[in-house]
Formats: sequence, structure tokens, C-alpha cells
Amino acid sequence: MKYVDEFRDPQLIARAADEIRRLADPGRQYRLMEVCGGHTHAIYRFGLKDLLPPNIELVHGPGCPVCVLPMGRIDDGLAMAKDPRVILTAFGDMMRVPGTRGSLLECQARGCDVRIVYSPLDALRLAQANPDRHVVFFAIGFETTAPSTALTLKRAMASGTANFSVFSNHVTIIPAIRAILDSPDMRIDAFIGPGHVSTVIGCRPYEWIARREGKPIVVAGFEPLDLLQSIVMLLRQLRERRAEVENQYDRVVPWEGNRAALDALADVFELRPFFEWRGMGFISQSALRLSDRYAAWDAERRFSVPGVPVTDPKAAQCGEVLKGVLRPPDCKLFGKECTPERPVGALMVSSEGSCAAYYTYVHRKLVAEARWVSARQAPA
Amino acid sequence: MCLAIPGQIVELHPELLDLATVAVSGVRRRVNIGLLDGQEVRVGDWVLIHVGFAMNKIGEAQAREQMRMLALLGEDLAAADEFNGILDRGPGDPP
Repeated sequence: MKYVDEFRDPQLIARAADEIRRLADPGRQYRLMEVCGGHTHAIYRFGLKDLLPPNIELVHGPGCPVCVLPMGRIDDGLAMAKDPRVILTAFGDMMRVPGTRGSLLECQARGCDVRIVYSPLDALRLAQANPDRHVVFFAIGFETTAPSTALTLKRAMASGTANFSVFSNHVTIIPAIRAILDSPDMRIDAFIGPGHVSTVIGCRPYEWIARREGKPIVVAGFEPLDLLQSIVMLLRQLRERRAEVENQYDRVVPWEGNRAALDALADVFELRPFFEWRGMGFISQSALRLSDRYAAWDAERRFSVPGVPVTDPKAAQCGEVLKGVLRPPDCKLFGKECTPERPVGALMVSSEGSCAAYYTYVHRKLVAEARWVSARQAPA
Repeated sequence: MCLAIPGQIVELHPELLDLATVAVSGVRRRVNIGLLDGQEVRVGDWVLIHVGFAMNKIGEAQAREQMRMLALLGEDLAAADEFNGILDRGPGDPP
């Protein structure tokens, strides 16, 4: 409640929470999946779970690009960085993600030229400023980020920048949702749809979830009130036995998406036949690689990399947490071997990873409370 | 990386393809507006910025709401760092 009280209109929040309690049938259990990692972060940050009745469970989905990247791809990026001609560029989020033989940050400490960029355009600019070097951009992200990489590649082609390439790890959200629905150990009643991905792809790509799978989905914004309102909309659908795509975030998300961004994606990328996701295995047509026209800018075609799938450390249960089968604290390593300071799995690295969010906003509070209770119980 | 940062367009550069100068809390950077999907862009408009690209136009009230939201999420400093971190392109600079 502490965080929610900071919000401008606690009365509206309380009203939405009342409506949720009114709509939820006490005789049934609800499992709602928020697909997007930004939503996971907001849910923990604002303590929204405290506002929900106990029979509504929020299951954290796969929408954190850093978290779903398998270790083998990090190893491939590290292999490129070891080439002395190469400047490897990546977003800051990637730096601490562990590969089999350390992270990009550790590679940098050992002398590799690894640099943080805040935009793929900055990686291209770095290439133009360093014509004697080769700049690789380690691209990650869902459909929110992929159009920016696409426009950067169009720029690279237009300017004839030959010492620049992209290591594409862009993934697409729809096949991941399909894999979750096909997974035998998953039972999800409805989905909170991703906000910023939908500004690009729009709402139509979700229609099969409602029509064929019979599951309601509401595209939601990131404010506490947005998330509570979207839960109200989902409960209404479930109560009235409707399954539709609804857009709670229509102040930002156009139903048809962003045409310019979709065109750029179609021009530059093509679907990979399959791609490995951490914890979820190989998912068909779930990732983007550069099309043949852009072969000259494709780091995977320019560098020979191990390309070996690597299994996660055995004790870490990232996969189960990522699929929503386990809660973060149920993993054997959580808060012991694996903490935000010393992450074993990627879910503990990104602020959008459910383990890092749980650790920051729930675990620390529980530990402090336990210490306080035991201090009071200790004999004077 | 997944942050969407609200900023205001303060200068257009018809001579530079798809670039506009955007201000976020007083810091100015040139960002790419090529994803704005043919929408007309004017000085004073507000946009949501993601990894150096304006993703869409938003209203002023919504921009302020988004800024407050980032502060509530504890991500306002990260957002400021991210925006400051974008390389500033001078006129005539590639790309």
C-alpha cells in the first residue's frame, strides 16, 4: 500500500480495487499473466498484489528481452568481442548478463573493446568515426526495439558503412504467447497484453488468443490505475464468458499499430525458422534475422561463432520461473547464490526480470520484517 | 532499455533526414523521428522516445504523466541517464 499511496488519486485506486473484489468469484481461482516485463516491474514496485483478493494470481510472462536470451547467444557475442578489430556495442542492460565464461563486463575488464550505447544509431556513428575498426551492435528486444535497429540498418546501407554489423537477437512476442498456451503445465485464464510492443504491432495480432484459444486479453498501460483497470476489464470478460481483445492503453496504442515501424521490420528482417529462448526451448518463427539484402551487415554471417546451445546452471530454475510455473522465491538459488549483486540467471539482472523485481520490492522487506520480529523476541 | 521517455520537440532540421532536437528536463539531444509514421511533427509537440527514436506523439498532459510515472517506478534517473547517454549529433554529422 505504501507505494500506491504516492499515486495521485488513491481514491480511484481504491475504487478499482473494490470493483475487482466485486467481480472476482470467490469460488474460483484466477491466473492472469502479464506478458510484459515492464508490467512485472510496475506490479512489484507499486505493491499491486496487496490490493488483489487472494484468489487472483498474477503470473509473470516472458516479456523481458534480457531474460529470455539464452546463454549460448551471450557466448557468441563474447566470441565476436574477442576479435581485436571489433568494438562490440550493447545496451547497458546486457553488460552483466552471465554467459558460460563470464559477462560482457568481465570481457571488457579482460581487455575486449565493449562499449555501452543508448541507441543503435550511436553504434553506427561509432563505426563511421572508427573506419579502421569493425563495430558490432548486439541487438536485443521485442517489437518495441527492433524497428530502431531496422532503421539503423537502412541508414548503414544508405551511407555504405561497411565496417558495421548487427548481431540480431530480436524476438517476437506472439510465438512466445503461443508456446505458453501450448505448454501442458500452464493454466492461464487471461492475459494483460504488453503496452509498448503493441504501439508497434497494434492489437490485431492478439485476435487468435481470444477467438481460437478463448482467452481474454487487454492491452494495458503501466500506471497502477492502468493495470487495475485492465484487471477489471479481464474479470468482466471472464464473468460474462466473453473472450475479446480490448485496448485499455488506447491513449498510446493505435489498434492498427505503427505502419512505418512495421514496414521497416519487413524490409530489413525475416523470421528465423526457430530460435532458442531461455527456459522455453526452441520456438518456431519466434525471432528475427537480417534478410539476404542486408547480409553484408549481418554479424552472424561475418563472424564464425560457436553457435552452441548451452544449458543453464542446473540448480537455477529460470525456465520454470520464466514460464510462470514457479514463483521467484521458489527457486532453490533465489536470494542465496543468486542476488541482483551476483546474478546467476538473467531474471536477476534486468529490473524487468521477475526475480530482480521480487528481490528488490518483496524479499528485502520480508527479510527486514523477519529481523525486526526476531530482535523483539530475543531475550533482553 | 525498455524505457519510454517523454520529450518535447524544440527544433526541426529539414536538412537532416528524419532528425529533430528533443528536450528532456532541459537536456537536448537529436533523435530520429523516422518512425512517426507520416504524422506531422511541429516544434512544441511531445513524443515518447525509445533508444534514440521517437516512437509516437503524445499529449502534453500525458507526457507529464509519463515523467511522473517514471519517477514513481524509480526509473527517472535511469531514464535521464539513458537520454543523456545518446550521442549528440551536430549538424553535418553522420548519420
